[in-house]
Amino acid sequence: MPGLRALLVAERVLRAVRRRAGVRVNGLRWAHLGSIMVMVAGNSGVERIPAVAAGLDPASAEWLRVLADTGPRREAALARLHEMLLRIAQGEVRRRGPRLRLAGPELDDLAYQAAADALLAITGKLGQFRGESRFTTWAYKFVIFEVSGKIGRHFWRHPSVPFDAEDWDRLPGRFGFDPAQEAEWRDLLAALRRAVDEELTARQRRVFVAIVLNNVPLDTLVIEMAANRNAIYKTLFDARRKLRAALAANGYLDDDSPRRS
Amino acid sequence: MTGRSELDRFLRTDPRDVGCAQAMELLHIYAELAAGGGSVEERYPGVAAHLASCGPCGEDFEGLLTALRDEDKPGP
Repeated sequence: MPGLRALLVAERVLRAVRRRAGVRVNGLRWAHLGSIMVMVAGNSGVERIPAVAAGLDPASAEWLRVLADTGPRREAALARLHEMLLRIAQGEVRRRGPRLRLAGPELDDLAYQAAADALLAITGKLGQFRGESRFTTWAYKFVIFEVSGKIGRHFWRHPSVPFDAEDWDRLPGRFGFDPAQEAEWRDLLAALRRAVDEELTARQRRVFVAIVLNNVPLDTLVIEMAANRNAIYKTLFDARRKLRAALAANGYLDDDSPRRS
Repeated sequence: MTGRSELDRFLRTDPRDVGCAQAMELLHIYAELAAGGGSVEERYPGVAAHLASCGPCGEDFEGLLTALRDEDKPGP
């Protein structure tokens, strides 16, 4: 029964909003979406973008118009948007499901949570929609991000390997080195391990070990290190660049880094 | 050797890579252009370089692209 599940999800969203914003939940109100209730932003900021709205495709302009409205028309639009977000979330968890250690009910709950949180994010950021894509494309981006974040959080709660474990025996398998040909790659991987120890900062080393050796999802490491995706990616990017330079300088890899075009 | 080339591919960085923040900011524009058959690599080479290298952002792009291809452009 989706109505009951959505109510539970809505309650969880409300608790999350309270945790983020303190005891008071300013600028939010309950909206009835048929049998569903979710928290939506009362001050969406739509009124700040009439010039952009004038150049929108008709469907996107209509979305902005009804979401800026009040009363039953807005509530009907919110219900329709929630339905669409839920459909996208369910499709996305099904798409990713085979690669995850998650069962059907867990995936279904994750989709409901992602749709509810995406609706909250979208209604709070309507003023940021600049009409560079269809409104629905912009909205779907939020629910895809919510699915990613919730999968990352799931693996943070249920790690299969400790984040800081260091089992270097995993390294050959990580890159598909053939054990039967160890004589050909033993020196290369020994040089890589030396470079990890000697070239990387403590933070770069921690990120490299977690992601490369322990196969921790990047979005999970984001939660573990209280960072954001961009910061963790940049740390790994810099580590990769340093390691490749070290291996190339010692003749283990070709020194042919791509040039800036 | 597969392992050597895979390691080399992983360690290789592209200076055009814009990073996660900018890629996520532009993802809806990029995905819509890609879904319409546009030349996204030419228009947004830095985003293309990032999506080829960043697993999570690449996964988000594939998800959004799949959603766009599956939907029938419904209105409110």
